[in-house]
Amino acid sequence: MPPTHLRTRMSVATGRLTARLSRATGLGRGGVIGGRVTLKLDPDVLRRLGRERTVVLVTGTNGKTTTALMLTRALEALADVASNGDGANMPDGVVAALAARPDAPYAVLEVDEAYVPWVAAQVRPAVLVLLNLSRDQLDRVGEVRGIERDLRAAIALLPRTAVVANCDDVLVTSAASAAARPVWVGTGRRWSGDATTCPRCGSAVQHAAATWHCECGFARPQPSWVLEGELVTTPGGRDVDLDLRLPGEANRANAALALAAAHCVGVPPHTAAARLRTITDIGGRYRTVRRTRHSVRLMLAKNPAGWAETLRVLDEDTPVVVAVNAQEADGRDLSWLWDVHFERLRGRQVVVTGERSADLAVRLCYAEVAHWTAADPVRAIDSLPPGGVEIVANYTAFRDLVDRLPSG
Amino acid sequence: MADSTVRIGLLLPEVLGTYGDSGNAQVLCKRLQWRGHEAEVVPVALDSAVPSTLDVYLLGGGEDTAQVLAARRLLASPGLTRAAETGATVFGVCAGLQILGTRFRGLDGADHPGVGLLDVVTAPAPRRAVAELAVVGGLIDTPLTGFENHQGTSTLGEGSVPLGRVVRGTGNGDGTEGAVTGHVVGTYLHGPALARNPELADLLLSWVLGHELAPLEVSEVDVLRAERLATLPRRIR
Ligand SMILES: [Zn+2]
Repeated sequence: MPPTHLRTRMSVATGRLTARLSRATGLGRGGVIGGRVTLKLDPDVLRRLGRERTVVLVTGTNGKTTTALMLTRALEALADVASNGDGANMPDGVVAALAARPDAPYAVLEVDEAYVPWVAAQVRPAVLVLLNLSRDQLDRVGEVRGIERDLRAAIALLPRTAVVANCDDVLVTSAASAAARPVWVGTGRRWSGDATTCPRCGSAVQHAAATWHCECGFARPQPSWVLEGELVTTPGGRDVDLDLRLPGEANRANAALALAAAHCVGVPPHTAAARLRTITDIGGRYRTVRRTRHSVRLMLAKNPAGWAETLRVLDEDTPVVVAVNAQEADGRDLSWLWDVHFERLRGRQVVVTGERSADLAVRLCYAEVAHWTAADPVRAIDSLPPGGVEIVANYTAFRDLVDRLPSG
Repeated sequence: MADSTVRIGLLLPEVLGTYGDSGNAQVLCKRLQWRGHEAEVVPVALDSAVPSTLDVYLLGGGEDTAQVLAARRLLASPGLTRAAETGATVFGVCAGLQILGTRFRGLDGADHPGVGLLDVVTAPAPRRAVAELAVVGGLIDTPLTGFENHQGTSTLGEGSVPLGRVVRGTGNGDGTEGAVTGHVVGTYLHGPALARNPELADLLLSWVLGHELAPLEVSEVDVLRAERLATLPRRIR
């Protein structure tokens, strides 16, 4: 459905031109810059671009890009889907994604947690997916409990939205409890580091086996979708074998949430699961690239919860390069390095790099992990003996690497 | 000491651990072990009594409700207060600093009692301080650096002196930073402050051992310290 409003049409055209210019001149990733111009021209553009399509929003601290890609693949079984697969998840990136595909009847958009209230109020999503909430770039978007309260308030204003939520995450459950139509998904995944006190009353939340509760009565709801190992059980009691090509439990949790969300829009779970199996990498993540003497697997980890997952996925006998930056998009504060269990890297060959390699080196030193420092991530790879290399980088370090390494 | 193992208490890590605060316990422990001392980290969980027999007590940062819960817990189980009265070393960061004070006001406007080991009263500041923080003077000859992320204005009474003077960032809010009473130290240099400030770590350890420490060369720590100091104006370094 093309935007019919004249001002919207003009501003979208200008936005597209800017995006093309930005790409052509190499000034930036066209998506974000184009969207920023569009928003300046017309603050209502998001509402008009979202109107008359079925919009699915995906948010959470970790797994947004992965889950949004999964949902995009699943919904493509129905029709064309607009999406911000480039990970540009601020309002301007969202606008750019919708403007790029004005005719697509579906849209799957990952949205930064802090911007969900604003974006959701404009596009009135059919489905909102809440993955998890933990600390990420505290210096930039405020503390995670404030995010939860804002999400909860926003969800209360969306009575027609199906809220698909991971009920093993206490903060997610608190936010989604405000929904008129919650769809609870038991993923078995929890990062309890940020949620030991109850978001409702401040007492300690008690965790036991597969469940949790607080003395105030706030407790884990009964899920209608349940992930166990590779199997997702649907509300109808059928089992779907995920058999993903992406590694790790976190990706299986993302897939379970994606199946539930796709089902809300009308894609049968078995159809969706088959489409998820075609995904081999996420914007370069998990992809293996070849350099002359090395075969390098690229991984992104930008906060303690993401690192906990990555440490489980790393191949045991392969050397590891860790790249850490502290640009604005990464968060300026590196305290989180001390919440990562780097001790698990003991006994491997480890190279530290990135703009804040000195902070990382101190952390590894106290973890008693032998390591050396390379000034530059590509040189870090070359400093290792020929063979496989696992490289783990945080946000801007990863982005720079993807640009510098050969694709495919 | 009959038992020569230094026991480093990490208080209520479930609620006071927002910013990698367990790092301070790890830094103290390793800096003792690398010098040949016996040392161990003793996490003290929210639902267990606080022992009064530890040598060092560490309090980390926490969000608003977590901070109120932690303060209530430490007042109900008086092990920390008893240990401090007999000279134990106490180091509190961010929310930990505010809890060690006599009282703090939450963002909800309610006043909550602290454990009162520092003569400090904290009230919410008009805006959040989120930035690099650097401090000179006071306990340590060289500047202290770290990151701050808090919305508290702390006012010191006669019973405490500042840890130093702010040369970058906000600190207590009046140009001073942190508070010290005897062997009790509180600071807004948050998270693993002792990783970036080895001199402060070793000062705390010299209080614990009752003597100066043998020098310790850790090249990674020197590199980081130099890199962070290089971001300060030349006249301060
Ligand atoms: Zn509760």
